Amino acid sequence: MTQTEKKVFARTEVLTSQQTHYCPGCGHGIVHRLVAEALDHFGLREKTVCVAPVGCSVLAYKYLAIDMSEAAHGRAPAVATGVKRARPDLFVFTYQGDGDLAAIGTAEIVHAANRGENISVVFVNNAVYGMTGGQMAPTTMLGQKTTTSPAGRNLQSEGSPIKVAEMLSALDAPSYIARVTVDKPAAVRKAKQAILTAFQRQIDGKGFSLVEVLSPCPTYWRMPAAKAMSAIEDTMVKVFPLGVFKDKEAANGNQTA
Amino acid sequence: MTKVLMSGNDAVVEGAIRAGIDCYFGYPITPQNEIIAGMAARLPGLGRAFLQSESELAAVSMVHGAAAAGKRAMTTSSSPGISLMQEGISYLSGTQLPAVIVNVQRGGPGLGNIAPAQGDYFQATRGGGNGDYHNIVLAPSSVQEMLDYTYEAFDLADQYRIPVMILTDGRLGQMMEPCELRDPYPRKKLVEKPWAVTGAKGRKQHFLCSLHLPPAELAEHNRALQKNYREIERKEARAEAHCTNDAEVVFVAYGACARLCREAGDILREEGLKVGLLRPITLWPFPAKKLQASLKKAKRIVVVEMSAGQLIQDVQLSNVDGLPIEFIGRMGGEAPSIKELVAFGRKLLQKPRRKLASQGKR
Amino acid sequence: MSRIEINPELCKACEVCLAFCPKDCIQQSDTLNRYGVYPMQMKEAAECTGCTLCATMCPDTAITVYRTVVEKAQNQEAST
Repeated sequence: MTQTEKKVFARTEVLTSQQTHYCPGCGHGIVHRLVAEALDHFGLREKTVCVAPVGCSVLAYKYLAIDMSEAAHGRAPAVATGVKRARPDLFVFTYQGDGDLAAIGTAEIVHAANRGENISVVFVNNAVYGMTGGQMAPTTMLGQKTTTSPAGRNLQSEGSPIKVAEMLSALDAPSYIARVTVDKPAAVRKAKQAILTAFQRQIDGKGFSLVEVLSPCPTYWRMPAAKAMSAIEDTMVKVFPLGVFKDKEAANGNQTA
Repeated sequence: MTKVLMSGNDAVVEGAIRAGIDCYFGYPITPQNEIIAGMAARLPGLGRAFLQSESELAAVSMVHGAAAAGKRAMTTSSSPGISLMQEGISYLSGTQLPAVIVNVQRGGPGLGNIAPAQGDYFQATRGGGNGDYHNIVLAPSSVQEMLDYTYEAFDLADQYRIPVMILTDGRLGQMMEPCELRDPYPRKKLVEKPWAVTGAKGRKQHFLCSLHLPPAELAEHNRALQKNYREIERKEARAEAHCTNDAEVVFVAYGACARLCREAGDILREEGLKVGLLRPITLWPFPAKKLQASLKKAKRIVVVEMSAGQLIQDVQLSNVDGLPIEFIGRMGGEAPSIKELVAFGRKLLQKPRRKLASQGKR
Repeated sequence: MSRIEINPELCKACEVCLAFCPKDCIQQSDTLNRYGVYPMQMKEAAECTGCTLCATMCPDTAITVYRTVVEKAQNQEAST
């Protein structure tokens, strides 16, 4: 009997060695890691173009060692469409937050999805605008207090939160749409599986895929990081149920990851 | 060499295809719909990308993506649609991406109408979007030039890593003229694009952005942009001088208005009056030196525009030795008549009115 | 015994790892990193099992996990 030490968890080289600018406990870091590991899994680092959003993850290029292009606020799916139509051989994905994708960029995401554009979208939903300082997002939940809904989001004046995964699943074209979260280890593993499935769809030329990730924002939820993690299950998942909302391959009787 | 009767909008399509356009993205708007339809009809068969976008905002962002990937990309629109594109044009400029944008101008402001106008001169030449930037702006005045300038715009865009705008109007877009299809064109060697995002194969990542958070870094970026603009001003300012050597009255006009002024000037020449035309071909950079050179004998400048007076500001800024500057402008889709321009020129030169044989024919 | 290494220059001391460690192996260090944070570290003599739950949840991918595995004798391994 011998004892050996094995490295069982380490950073992929797709992640740069730089410390992120994200607040302590922010979910973006976990999602970045999952994306990086998925690119690594498929060996895509040298043929990928990521389109970054405007929002907290606008600086994602500092943390992912891949080619990236900026987009105007909300236009990432249009920029990604341009890259993909110009170079269909490249792997193209957008990484967007809820303000970027579900407010100012609603037209772009709906139409990219509706065209079945062969791109992947990683959509990080933390129910608040982070970069600009905690304003109400399209996905802010009823009663949730933000700097622009100080008394809590009100159904009569602000409407209800947009459920992006459900909304886009009503379209015919998308291949795969799922909502996951990163609030506990099992959920993180499921989130990675969903991102792998989404990326596989593009690799297979099946068209549009989107993974909505419910993610904590301890700073603008105004709570400690660990509590923000548990708040996802306590509040967010009740409004944004987890699951696969559209899976054309399953509908075709094919096995999905 | 083939001569074909075609519209200005069709000539834009022809010029772009001959220039090797890889990707076209656009959204329908009158009076430029022949361009988007022409692209839809022809590009897929040539193995190039055509996509009708959901908006002008998306169209220009799609151009951004294709340009970032190193391809020759273009969009076209008309005034209200070009206003929407200003967001993307500012990003293209800040990111130093080459792109070709055609504005087939119509009447404004707002929804305005669909008649030809030149009211977007300021927007095109001053930047239009946020931040300190310029685009090269080319102003064709014939169907042939619609083709030639579109063709050339792709080379200029690649050479200087800058968006190039063709500023034209509904009249030139819709009118038909015989157009030479020069084949093959004198093609410059395609510019390498080592900065493009193409997957970081065997190299460090590329990140194409206009974001530079530290003020010193953004200041440096802006200085680099301005250096490029100064080089363009030195090398690319272009104008056509018509009968200006001895001209006492010099019309200054671009695009469709330049055609009217040329006709009016020629009629006045027949009367023995010394009238010429200075037609800026590049609206930015503005050909101030060419204008100054055309004014050696000038006593008056007459600026003619289909706007309330926008080009006239560049003329005023061109150090024209205190020469009086007259202005003839029309708005809302109207244009001055040749007869009116002739009468104006004649009055300026203070010659007695004579009935002209040629005038009756027009 | 398995162990973890927490990169003190990546850690922001959000304490999410601490909340998910089933063996209470993690504590805050008393040395500031260059960002002015007391980063997390593994306790001395911690009973780490190398389960990777902390690393899975770490928002800064600051944790490397080394699991100690007990292997069978060399000759047996060679025959498989």
